[in-house]
Amino acid sequence: MKGLLAPLIILAKRAAWTLLTLWLVYTISFALMWSVPGGPFKSEKKIPEAIKRNIEAKFHFNDPVWKQYLDYMWDICHFDFRASFKLEDFTVNEVISQGFPVSASLGIFALLFALLFGTTAGVISASRRNSVIDVAFMGLATIGIAIPNFVLAGISIIVVVFWLHLLPASGWGTIQQILLPALCLSAPFAAYIARLTRAGMLEVLNLDYIRTAYAKGLLPRNVVIRHALRGALLPVVSYLGPATAGILTGSLVVERLFNIPGSGSHFIEAALGQDYTLEMGMVLVYTLLLSVMNTLVDFSYAVIDPRVKLE
Amino acid sequence: MAVSTPTQQDLSRYELLLQEAAQIRGVSLWMDAWRRLRKNWAAMISLWFLVALVITAFFTPFLPLQSPQFQLADKEHKYQPPNLERIELNFQLEDAKQLEREAAELAARLRRLPADAPEKERADLRLDLAAKRRDHPFNRLWNEPGMLTSAMIRARVAIFGRWCIPSICGRDELGRDVLARVFWGARVSLIVGALAALVSLVIGVSYGASAGYLGGWVDAAMMRFVDVLYSIPFIFVVIFLITFLSEETTRNRLAAWGIDQIAIFYIVIGAIYWLTMARVVRGQIISLKHEQFVDAARTGGAGSGRIIFRHLIPNVMGIVIVYLTLTIPSVMLFEAFLSYLGLGVKPPDVSWGLLMNEGIKVITPVAIFWWLVLFPGLALAMTLFALNFLGDGLRDALDPKMTNR
Repeated sequence: MKGLLAPLIILAKRAAWTLLTLWLVYTISFALMWSVPGGPFKSEKKIPEAIKRNIEAKFHFNDPVWKQYLDYMWDICHFDFRASFKLEDFTVNEVISQGFPVSASLGIFALLFALLFGTTAGVISASRRNSVIDVAFMGLATIGIAIPNFVLAGISIIVVVFWLHLLPASGWGTIQQILLPALCLSAPFAAYIARLTRAGMLEVLNLDYIRTAYAKGLLPRNVVIRHALRGALLPVVSYLGPATAGILTGSLVVERLFNIPGSGSHFIEAALGQDYTLEMGMVLVYTLLLSVMNTLVDFSYAVIDPRVKLE
Repeated sequence: MAVSTPTQQDLSRYELLLQEAAQIRGVSLWMDAWRRLRKNWAAMISLWFLVALVITAFFTPFLPLQSPQFQLADKEHKYQPPNLERIELNFQLEDAKQLEREAAELAARLRRLPADAPEKERADLRLDLAAKRRDHPFNRLWNEPGMLTSAMIRARVAIFGRWCIPSICGRDELGRDVLARVFWGARVSLIVGALAALVSLVIGVSYGASAGYLGGWVDAAMMRFVDVLYSIPFIFVVIFLITFLSEETTRNRLAAWGIDQIAIFYIVIGAIYWLTMARVVRGQIISLKHEQFVDAARTGGAGSGRIIFRHLIPNVMGIVIVYLTLTIPSVMLFEAFLSYLGLGVKPPDVSWGLLMNEGIKVITPVAIFWWLVLFPGLALAMTLFALNFLGDGLRDALDPKMTNR
């Protein structure tokens, strides 16, 4: 019983903190939205008639501030983010549900690429320490960390798309169209994971149980993959939380660069067009997403490494 | 009496000991770290590269570059690839001198105007003077430089005349010289990086040190707050914030307080990058605060503030500097990122992110203007590269335990 209850309590605590965070973000955002002239809580602005009707139906302009604050919060608690402030006949929910699957698949692809290339490069580097391959991989990793993804994406569009004609430049739908943006998005994370894996492997390879495994006459490949890798991947797993946050951020730029109709592009459009309700909705969704991912990562960490105690 | 006067022999021995002690130079933490850093060639190359970069960025107005503003939008110069075509600054030295003379004359007349002169006359003179200043080629070519920049441009004109380095990095959509724009962009990018990192340093160190020193529930509450902030996807919040701050009326109100677009940047970015710094400093302070020198200071009557800022913080400077060198590249990257998205530095200011944006915007299947992407990207990547290397090197040098691992 006790073994089952403890994770549940931790989960409840996490949920409470997430709610607190969301509330904080909401309150700050509301204060800003309320204070800005021409914001969505004032009626004195020039906007197209259709949008005005939409908004007036939803918002109660003449209510006192606290009532507007609570009403909006109530709506959001029911996952109703109200009408877009700039796009005619669109609710924020529609925009988010349209863009989100696109961004999610891009992000998942990027994360998979990062894990695949990062761990492979890290394992090869560690098992051939100080060889040419090791130096080359680690040099590449340093470059990957330092180069901003929009520089990398810009250069790779020029080279891969226009000089070599290998892949299409933009758009969304086919696997060829996903490949280049996902690779560009994953590059810095793959680089970081490679460094983490290499450091973890080097540490683990010096431990006694690895020597025992070798002494039993196992193939070096088996020792590395089946015995060492599991221990070496722990830092990588704990890095997945920040990596997810980074990929969310990076997808803002990459989506824009490759003209991908994901929620990242929508968010930037909203920011440039001062679409406050859409921005509010997206910020809250991203905050929630990040919290959920972090909790998942922590739990999976505890599952992989029994020594780790959740708190 | 038991107290014996020291003999001559004793005295000379003490003197010898003293001399010997004076000769021994204690190796301070900083000397030690510097010695270790010097052995790390990658970090040293990065250090010299950055020093050179900062110096050239500072003296950019003095270099014989073309004007970053001047447009040559004819067919021949629009998107001109890198070349060695001879080019000169687009103004006559005599004209500039003439304008300056006239402006000085107007200013003198304005000063000589009797106190009871009609207000209209005074206002007219002022308008004339402003118009003359606006027409000045320096303002036209260099976007109203400040005092120091003006002086440097003057020196550049005096030494090099109208001669410029040809467009070895090509020209952009409006025929502006990319080389000059990369150099001028360096100034903005570096200043944003340095100042925002400084803001984050001040907030992070004071916050972390206070939390660590005060301890107890204050510490718990302060660090919980940091945890909550950590779980906010900051880029999104910052972009949200910037939409508000760049709203017309808000911007004007802030401008009235002397806060312009770039200043908003330092403050906003600095205000979010302090979290890691606060955590690190807090950890260090907690391990230091039970040391004897803190007890000694307290016995001496020092208050909490004095103990924190005079006794504890100097002891964590090493790790703070390491984190600072690692914060600067991420801040610069963030600035480039926002400027790239069109939410950061606004024209006529230039920064590397903005240049990248301009370059990537015009990538088309028909023609590839690779120089518009390559050169700003190279500048940005090299700087970030050097800062990362230097940060890693400094961490190894200041924290020897890490190297041994």
